Amino acid sequence: MNCMDSKQPETGLLGPESDSQRTLYPYVTGTSVVALKYKDGILMAADMGGSYGSTLRYKSVERMKPIGKHSLLGASGEISDFQEILRYLDELILYDNMWDDGNSLGPKEVHNYLTRVMYNRRNKFNPLWNSLVLGGVKNGQTYLGMVSMIGVNFEDNHVATGFGNHLARPILRQEWHENLSFEEGVKLLEKCMRVLLYRDRSAVNKLQIAKITEEGVTISQPYSLKTHWEFSAFQNPTQGAVGSW
Amino acid sequence: MFRNQYDTDVTTWSPAGRLFQVEYAMEAVKQGSAAIGLRSKTHVVLGCVNKANSELSSHQKKIFKVDDHIGVAIAGLTADGRVLSRYMRNECINYSFTYESPLPVGRLVVQLADKAQVCTQRSWKRPYGVGLLVAGLDESGAHLYYNCPSGNYFEYQAFAIGSRSQAAKTYLERRFENFKDSSRDDLVKDALMAIRETLQGETFKSSICTVAVVGVGEPFHILDQNTVQQMIDAFDIVGEQEDPAAEPDAAAGQEAAAEPSAAADQGGSTDEGVAPMDI
Repeated sequence: MNCMDSKQPETGLLGPESDSQRTLYPYVTGTSVVALKYKDGILMAADMGGSYGSTLRYKSVERMKPIGKHSLLGASGEISDFQEILRYLDELILYDNMWDDGNSLGPKEVHNYLTRVMYNRRNKFNPLWNSLVLGGVKNGQTYLGMVSMIGVNFEDNHVATGFGNHLARPILRQEWHENLSFEEGVKLLEKCMRVLLYRDRSAVNKLQIAKITEEGVTISQPYSLKTHWEFSAFQNPTQGAVGSW
Repeated sequence: MFRNQYDTDVTTWSPAGRLFQVEYAMEAVKQGSAAIGLRSKTHVVLGCVNKANSELSSHQKKIFKVDDHIGVAIAGLTADGRVLSRYMRNECINYSFTYESPLPVGRLVVQLADKAQVCTQRSWKRPYGVGLLVAGLDESGAHLYYNCPSGNYFEYQAFAIGSRSQAAKTYLERRFENFKDSSRDDLVKDALMAIRETLQGETFKSSICTVAVVGVGEPFHILDQNTVQQMIDAFDIVGEQEDPAAEPDAAAGQEAAAEPSAAADQGGSTDEGVAPMDI
């Protein structure tokens, strides 16, 4: 919150906070995150693009990070807000570890914490401009949940943010089942990411897949998907779309 | 003229390395009516002796539910105990608001001990005159802690505080090795037996004691009087038959046994027998 150095604090009805700056719109954003439960834990995928408005400005933004021992966080939306959230969580996990008593925050706890942070910030009319996906495994329990920038939160067997909600969820609903193996899970995520790459203009063909199990987090090296743009439906996309040019 | 130069405020050391005010506070715990606690792998049971202040009054509540997974039994100044219970309730509810999960017992106890410690290091404060037995269940199992006015805390298998608690301690020490695998009902039985040990002459009946349980699948709750009476009858531990069992605590129980709590003001008159710091 950068307070503009004002002449005299014009303390109106809104109080001294009124001349502070809030996030009115995001600057650098990341697009969809897709995640699902599988046999041994959670798989999550996100590409590495960072858009400055509609310009694809950055090409290797890591949008998935491990949180403590049991959790994995993926974010779409404002990248700098995500970095601030990571700072909050680093502090949270540090203080949790400092107890050094064998207790630790699991994915459920971190998810609820994030819900509180997001909702609290929106109540200050200063939201953190992100959709967050939180997955994890603790004591044999697999957990997968989402939080939106205004604090809406839920758990599900598979989740996706942003465009993914429209393009990936239908695929997941159709093909997801509880006993997905690692290979099947990755294949399913790649299918989703490929559709997103074709149809989401801010997606880039450089992505990571992260896995969290009882053993811990592994995040893959960046790689790209094979694409095929010669489908006839891609030839003249506006044909038959009345009103487009 | 002055019997003791070094007990006028909490922060003053005696040349022997003691803090008399803190020791007096611990004396207040000893004067309060007894509270006991014991645990198995899955359950913790708290018990206490209810003593009315006068013929005409009712007794004060000595066991408090803090949260579904934590409860306390107190001995000493009930007023201080209530303040600390409220603090613990607050901490629990704030934690579950933020994390939607129960606060680990050990952490609550540390926070409580830190709170008590601050009172031993500020000249304008006084230590809490209450000892708390904190029973709780969390991820790592069942726990029983004792929290002392000095800011010290200890984890126990079984423990007793308050007047004539030495007798209960002796009983618990004889038997604690079996507690680990005890069933819930056996634990309650042992709790009742230990409470009985602290009585002096009275008949053991449900109206003079309170028992509370927390355990796996069983949120912290105080057993109602009928249940306790039934257990007393079932176990046939009406008491008095072995009155001499109360003897071993003659040293610690002393004259104070009759008046419960609110007796801390007398702490100052206690002579050389003041409590050692190691508790």
